[in-house]
Amino acid sequence: MKKSFKRPDGRAYDEIRPIKAEVGVVSRADGSARFQIGKTVAYAAVYGPRSLYPKFLQNPKHGLLRCYYNMLPFSSKGERIRPGPSRRAMEISLVTEKALTPAIDLTKYPNAVVDVFIELPQTDAGTRCAGITAAAMALADAGIVMYDLVSAVAVGYVNGNLIADLIYDEEAYPGEVADIPVAYMPRRDKFSLLQMDGKVSSEQLQKALELAKKVCLQICDIQRKALKRRYEKYKLMENMEG
Amino acid sequence: MSRGKQLVKDKSIVVPGEVVAEGKDFILGPGVRREGNQIVASRVGLIHFEGKLIKLIALSGRYIPRRDDVIIGRIKEILINGWLVDTESAYPAMLNVRDAVTEYVAKGSDLTRFFDFNDYIVCKIINVTPQMLVDVTTKGPGLKKLIGGRIIKVNPNKVPRIIGKKGSMLNMIKQATGCNIIVGQNGVIWIKSTDPKMELIAVNTIKTIEEESHVPGLTEKIHAYLEKETGKKIKLQKE
Repeated sequence: MKKSFKRPDGRAYDEIRPIKAEVGVVSRADGSARFQIGKTVAYAAVYGPRSLYPKFLQNPKHGLLRCYYNMLPFSSKGERIRPGPSRRAMEISLVTEKALTPAIDLTKYPNAVVDVFIELPQTDAGTRCAGITAAAMALADAGIVMYDLVSAVAVGYVNGNLIADLIYDEEAYPGEVADIPVAYMPRRDKFSLLQMDGKVSSEQLQKALELAKKVCLQICDIQRKALKRRYEKYKLMENMEG
Repeated sequence: MSRGKQLVKDKSIVVPGEVVAEGKDFILGPGVRREGNQIVASRVGLIHFEGKLIKLIALSGRYIPRRDDVIIGRIKEILINGWLVDTESAYPAMLNVRDAVTEYVAKGSDLTRFFDFNDYIVCKIINVTPQMLVDVTTKGPGLKKLIGGRIIKVNPNKVPRIIGKKGSMLNMIKQATGCNIIVGQNGVIWIKSTDPKMELIAVNTIKTIEEESHVPGLTEKIHAYLEKETGKKIKLQKE
């Protein structure tokens, strides 16, 4: 049942919100990034590789990636968010970990841990995607050995219309809504996160994933540019080794 | 065999997952990986093409222990037959008694008479296993316990810059300030001087180099800075 639907912010169906990305924003962290998509803002800070305790968590074959997802109390549109880990935050921390792990070569860091902290000071849907995107940039900034970057976006259907990068008003639209957050590794051409909320047919899902790929490539381009902007000045540096 | 194709410019900044070259006839240095026919960067850095060799110079990241590096470590634990040394990385190093002292030491005797907790030592990494077990020694020229002075920590990726080509930068700072300076590859630096003022100048100089490591003509700039601060004429070494 395809009913016409006009996006509240007047975007085209496959258009993402304006993005700002910056790397190296937390001076005490080993790597950090800020990623803003529309009104959603995510900060990611990476610490490590550092030694891992308690010792039973250590694995001599590969390192560990730990993610912490946190929405700040004043970040949402509605009620104040109670600080501390909630069921939702713990789940998102877990899926963030699973979305980022395939992009990292953890065998380089046996017995060690890489910690990723994601903070959201302002949100308007798509927080896990913004968090993953920021975290991928922060991991690269921290000099972690990676196979690929990770870009994430939510795609979905509102009244049967395929749209990219949903905002809160679209997620909460009084109609048939499906919301599909996706993380994608552009060069490897693989998905590392796929969640779904709502009802879609398998053809619809295929179409949604095609759109997600297209949009993730746009986001990845912005991630790469932000990383290069941070290190551009070192181009003129002479080679001191060898 | 087909000729390899270079896909990015020499001395450009690359990000993880970026394809830097295609073809089988390249030799891979650190920081790059082969995937099928493609050569892919695995971290952020500056790419160098030297003939057939591709290498990626890391610009960020923590110190990872490497064999033959001379580092400055801190004694963090005393074990039955040696010491555990904090290396400012994810992996502590093991300093065995027989790699530290020449005299006979009975097993189980008090080892604090050689190195005590929180002592800083200059040591050399003799071995790193694939599981990142690190062995260090304090036997060798210049390897010793550090007494007095102050410790500063810098980004380990900037250490080659602080030392300079064949030690030119470091020698200039030593000459200008008269300080005793030891730079560890892990980014820990020890500075000792009888003149606190000169010690401070040395610290500030090193911090400046760390921040402005990318500036062309940094040696001249630091030379001018040192002459101004110390009020002495310093001979500029020709590289």
